[in-house]
Amino acid sequence: MSPPGTDGAGFRVRPYALTGGRTRSRADLSIETILVRTPAGSTAADRVSVAEKGQILGLCAAPSSVAEISAHLHLPLGVARVLAGDLCDEGLLDFNREHNAAERPSLRLLERVFDGLQAL
Amino acid sequence: MDSRPSDVSTTPTQVHALPPLPVKIVIAGGFAVGKTTFVGSISEIEPLTTEAALTTVSEGIDDTSKVSTKTSTTVAMDFGRIGLGEDLVLYLFGTPGQDRFWFMWDDLVRGAIGAVVLIDTRRLEDCFPAVDYFEESGLPFVVAINCFDGALAHPPEAVREALGISPDTPIVLTDARDRMSTKSTLIELVQHALARATV
Repeated sequence: MSPPGTDGAGFRVRPYALTGGRTRSRADLSIETILVRTPAGSTAADRVSVAEKGQILGLCAAPSSVAEISAHLHLPLGVARVLAGDLCDEGLLDFNREHNAAERPSLRLLERVFDGLQAL
Repeated sequence: MDSRPSDVSTTPTQVHALPPLPVKIVIAGGFAVGKTTFVGSISEIEPLTTEAALTTVSEGIDDTSKVSTKTSTTVAMDFGRIGLGEDLVLYLFGTPGQDRFWFMWDDLVRGAIGAVVLIDTRRLEDCFPAVDYFEESGLPFVVAINCFDGALAHPPEAVREALGISPDTPIVLTDARDRMSTKSTLIELVQHALARATV
């Protein structure tokens, strides 16, 4: 237990109370992983158990990264990641599986980034 | 690269459009060196701020009477995004400014293309920790000298010598406020990452 006021972030509840103390979900999401609502997720926003999950589903009507979810909903990054990961496990959010969070981008992907930046 | 040809539709139909593929670049450097300015000059959105709680173990840093204390630190990080075509998004994450603890934050650099270490030649020592970290982790990086109003206290080769970085690490001059300048710095980094990936 750290004393109150040390993190200065002013969370309404202890952030990890929302995640049951977990810092990981089964889905391996990175801070830049972009999530989008699945068809099932579109109709589930009102039925999810945690209010923040409903807000995430609302935001992810447009593709949003874990970092964007964190920033827009004022959730710590770790919490946003666990909740988004849960929603992926539940089939309510999806992400591009071509994205491998653990590995450096492939040569082909680097070339696409290079071309994309040149074209800006 | 693994693609799964059979279990998902690989033809670009609109049935269930997958979100874009994300890539990221880390923008590092000392406090107030212009990281958020750099991100903001090229980001298509106003830079956003996110917070992360880090658990750190301090050993006698603050109080030598304690053996080792686990403390929770909150670090704030600004980031921006750049759409590169329809299905690719580049995120730029600025490292938390005053906090030394971001080095413990593997998630920030995991899977990154590389890093831009932004420096102010008047406060060169501020970037030492970032340079050490990226050299150790093997992440491709470029050193970008932020030239405010064209002021350049030390030429690039003097900076290279002072930092003791290898000859193949690019050093570029940049103006964090200028979009074209930011863009060419990012291109320089991607080019460097490409060269590193092909050897």
